[in-house]
Amino acid sequence: MLASILTALVFLTATTLILSLLLIIAEKWILNYGPCTIDVNNGQKVIDIQGGSSLLNSLSENEIFIPSACGGRGSCAYCKVKVTQGGGPLSPIEEPYLSEQEIKDNVRLSCQVKVREDIKIQIPDELFNARLFKAVTASKKMLTYDIMELGFDLVEPDEIEFTAGQYIQLESREYKGADSVIRAYSISSLPSEKKKIELIMRRVPEGICTTWAFDHLKEGQEVSLSGPYGDFKLQDTDAPAIFIAGGSGMAPIWSILRHMHEKNINKKSYYFFSGRIYDDLFFTDELFGLEKKLSDFKYVPCLTREPEHSSWKGERGRIPEILPRYIPDAQEYEAYLCGSSALIEACCSKLSELGLKDEKMYFDKFE
Amino acid sequence: MEPNIDSGFLSATLLIFLSAAFTNNILLARFLGMCSVLGVSKKVDTSMGLGVAVIFVTTATSGINYIVYNYLLIPLELEYLRLITFIVIIASFVQLVEMIVERVSLVLYNALGIFLPLITVNCAILGVSLFMIGQPYSFLEALSFGAGSGFGWFLAIMLIGGIREKINENALPKGLAGPGITLIIIGIMALAFVGFSGMISI
Repeated sequence: MLASILTALVFLTATTLILSLLLIIAEKWILNYGPCTIDVNNGQKVIDIQGGSSLLNSLSENEIFIPSACGGRGSCAYCKVKVTQGGGPLSPIEEPYLSEQEIKDNVRLSCQVKVREDIKIQIPDELFNARLFKAVTASKKMLTYDIMELGFDLVEPDEIEFTAGQYIQLESREYKGADSVIRAYSISSLPSEKKKIELIMRRVPEGICTTWAFDHLKEGQEVSLSGPYGDFKLQDTDAPAIFIAGGSGMAPIWSILRHMHEKNINKKSYYFFSGRIYDDLFFTDELFGLEKKLSDFKYVPCLTREPEHSSWKGERGRIPEILPRYIPDAQEYEAYLCGSSALIEACCSKLSELGLKDEKMYFDKFE
Repeated sequence: MEPNIDSGFLSATLLIFLSAAFTNNILLARFLGMCSVLGVSKKVDTSMGLGVAVIFVTTATSGINYIVYNYLLIPLELEYLRLITFIVIIASFVQLVEMIVERVSLVLYNALGIFLPLITVNCAILGVSLFMIGQPYSFLEALSFGAGSGFGWFLAIMLIGGIREKINENALPKGLAGPGITLIIIGIMALAFVGFSGMISI
């Protein structure tokens, strides 16, 4: 009796052991692609790796972080990169996530591309400097009835280098009925405050990430975010500046303006902020306070739907209607716009009319 | 009439193949491997991919399992471990095949790639091995039984795939669309396959 139990145990253990050993050896031997190189952006960085793992993992092991939400399962389609050489044929997992144009441009899901030979890829420059951060939710503060300031303390790595105006990508956690998603938010804190990140978020009805942040995210909870990304930043010129924002578009401009104050950057500047009613405005005292601190700065909040008989003394109307009264000739100016695409488009066409050159308009558009 | 040994041997192997494919069709007579049929039979070409992979894996695993059962399990009197042993062997074999296919032909890997892992959990494969040891087969007959069963499954999923492609555009009652109508199709096809029963007995 005991003998037969023992034989059974030994047999089972031996079988599984032998089979797994066989598989491990086979994997080492069959799937050994030897050393391969990944050439990023035509030689800007060349990475030597052992072939066999996915492009996404090979890159992140070498500190190039391609955004990814699903952890390489091929279901989020965030990790798209352009593979110009050596990616192998398109797999059936990738195909549904790529448009015809992307397929023509050799765009691939980097989690589904295995490095089997020397590979050449193209990624946006900003991905070079991006890092993956672990952070802890430090504060949630309502700024208006639907806009919140979210503060995070960085844990690992514990410092971030960025320029005012850049954004990060925040990963939401799963909650009932919603998967984890990645969304971009501009940083509203100062570059000098390296150990923390602040974001300004407006509640989007049915928005997966904002609903998570407003209703499910708790103070003290750990989150992951990556960044910094983006090239929206103050240009290094003497030209006077026009800032235009609406809603949570405040974030990068709030960072830029305070950065200007901190670094003593003096230039003539206007800030037009669009809201529907008085309750949409936030940081109002601080911004009017900046008028005194900055050398030549004017804050112009514009309300489009404020009741006529209210005590509001400021501007009423849409920014494009108000602009010409402050800046009849915009030829010398640079413009920085952040907000909904409707706001940006309306303001851009007005600014062109006022003589501002297209290449002097910088924007950070929300989708 | 006594047929001579050679042709008898051949015809026995052939008969086993045919009976496994038609009279005892693993999908339509024994209703095994249903989940992957429901999942993958939307199109003929994906059905074909999975079908071919199943033929290959059933044939090879019935060979391996035949050897393991007759030369390891029976001498050690461990027949009752056949279920778990077969499962482990099938899973490892599929993994191995996946690796080899990936290395040898990327095109084939991409065509079969997502179907191979599906096969690991396909009960038809395990079913074939279990039925096979229930019969007094020789090694070659066991291979033939495996190949025949796999071919039968391939045939069935191809037919179902073809029918589903045809009815794809048809207006179906909402509750029937997808798996519902597929199960009905499989049922009707199973009735047709009942017509084969009794033609050959193994």
